[in-house]
Amino acid sequence: MQYMALIYAEEGYQANYEGDLMADYGQFGQEAMAAGVFKAGDALMPVSDASSVQVRGGNTTVTDGPFAETKEALGGYYLLECADLDEALKWAAKIPTAKYGTIEVRPVMVFDQ
Amino acid sequence: MSQTALALAFKADSGRVLAALIAQFRDFDLAEEALQDAMIEAARTWRDGRTPSCGSSWLLAVARRRALDRIRSSKRANDEIVLQNLNLLAENQPDDEAAQEIPDERLRLIFTCCHPALAEEAQVALTLRTLCGLTAREIAQAFLVPHATMNQRLTRAKAKIRNAGIPYRVPEGPEIPERLAAVLSVIYLIFNAGYAPRNPALSAEALRLCEVVHHLQPLPETSGLWALMRLHMARDPARFTADNALVSLKDQDRSLWDHAAIARAKTRLLHALALSRPGVYQIQAAISALHCEAPSWAKTDWPQILALYRALYRLSPTPVVALNSAVAEAHAGSPTASLASLEALRPELDGYQPFHAARAELLAQCGDAQAARLEYDRAISLTSAPEERTFLSKKQLELP
Repeated sequence: MQYMALIYAEEGYQANYEGDLMADYGQFGQEAMAAGVFKAGDALMPVSDASSVQVRGGNTTVTDGPFAETKEALGGYYLLECADLDEALKWAAKIPTAKYGTIEVRPVMVFDQ
Repeated sequence: MSQTALALAFKADSGRVLAALIAQFRDFDLAEEALQDAMIEAARTWRDGRTPSCGSSWLLAVARRRALDRIRSSKRANDEIVLQNLNLLAENQPDDEAAQEIPDERLRLIFTCCHPALAEEAQVALTLRTLCGLTAREIAQAFLVPHATMNQRLTRAKAKIRNAGIPYRVPEGPEIPERLAAVLSVIYLIFNAGYAPRNPALSAEALRLCEVVHHLQPLPETSGLWALMRLHMARDPARFTADNALVSLKDQDRSLWDHAAIARAKTRLLHALALSRPGVYQIQAAISALHCEAPSWAKTDWPQILALYRALYRLSPTPVVALNSAVAEAHAGSPTASLASLEALRPELDGYQPFHAARAELLAQCGDAQAARLEYDRAISLTSAPEERTFLSKKQLELP
C-alpha cells in the first residue's frame, strides 16, 4: 500500500532543532530509499507563500494563506510504499520532525479500474 | 434446538471461529456474515436430527464455504487473498473437516482490534463484538449509547482497519510493551464497564479475554491484570447491601469474600512478581491483595500499601494515584500530613468526587466536623450515581 506521511510542525521549529536537521533528513531519505519504501518526498515553502482556491457556483475564489490557519502547518511530505499501517507508522516515527511536530499518515486511495 | 440455544452452544467457540475467519479473509463483515450463515445451516442440520460431527470445526468449515460463495458472487472474486483461499479450499477434502484443528487467531485479532490507530472507544467495541461475540445492541446497552451510534462506531472501525491497512499480526520486539498495554487497557475498561454497574457478564468476558491473552502470550503484566480483576470480583458479594446500597471497603463483611478465589489470584500474582518486571497492574493487584488478606480495615498493612502507591506513582504519575497515595498516608501515619498532600492536588482534582470524599473523611478524623460536612456537600454535588449519593449522605449524617 502507499501511505502519505504529512509533516506538520510549528513554522520556525528548525531554529530549536537539536542537531543537524538537513543531515538527519538526508539520512532518513537514504534509509527509506535503501529499504525500498521511498516513492516521493518534498519540503514545502512556508504558509506565507500558500494560496487557497475554492470554486463555488462556477466562481473561483483565491485567498492568501493555507486552508486552515493553525499553529502547526504542513511543511513537507513523503510518499511511502509499505506493507501495512504498522510499517508506515514505523517510518513516520523516523522522520526527524516527528520529535517536534506531528506526522499525519494517510493511506493513498486506490481507485477500482 | 432453537436459534438462541444454538448460539449459546457455540458461543464459547464462536470468538475463535470468527477470529479464524477474519484472519483468513481479512474482512470483518464477510466473516460475520459467513458465521451467521453457518449458524443458520447448523440450526437446520440439527433440526433434521443430524448432529454435526464436531461442533466448532464443522462450523468453521461451513462458514468458510459460505464466505467463498459470497465472494464468488461479489466483485472481489479477483482479489489476491480470495484466489489464495479458493486454491486452499480446492485442496481440502470434506472428510478432513472434523479432524481439522481450528487455528487460534484470537491473539492476532485482539492486537488488531486494540490497535492505537483506532479510537479507544472503538477498540473496546470492536473487541467485544469480534472476540466476545456480543451484538452491537448488547454493547450499546453496556455503554449506554444509542444502538445506531454503536453500529456506526463499529462500521467506522472496521472501515479504518481495511482502508488504512491495519495489519493482523502480533507485534514484536520493542513494540510489545506499548501494544500489550493497549490490549490490557481495553480489557480493564471492559471489566470496569461491567463491575461498577454490576453487569457480571461483561466482567466475566474481560477475565476470559485476559486468560486468552495470557494463554497465548504469557507476560507478567497480563497475570497482574488477571489477578487484579479476580480480586475485585472476589470482594463483589460484600460490595452491596440487600437493598443495593454501596458498602465501603472499610465496612464490608469480609467473611462474604470469596477466599478461595483470593488465594488463586495471589498465587498467580506472586508468580508474576517473582519475574521482577513490575508494572501498573501487578502493583495495583498487590495493593488489592493486601486489602484482601487483612482481617479488618484497622489491621491492614497500610505502610506497605503506601509504599506500593508510591511505586505506582513512579510508573504512572497521575493525580488519581497521588490521591490514593495520600489516603494511604493518612492510614499509615498522620492524617495531618495527608491533608497537606491532598491540598497540593486541589488544582487538578477539584472537580473529582473522590477527592472531596477523601478530604471529608480525613477532616472528620482530625475532628473538624464542620469542614467535613462542607466537603461531603461538595462530593455529593459532583456525583450522579444514586447509590454513591446515598452512601455519601449517610456518611455526612454520621458526623458528630
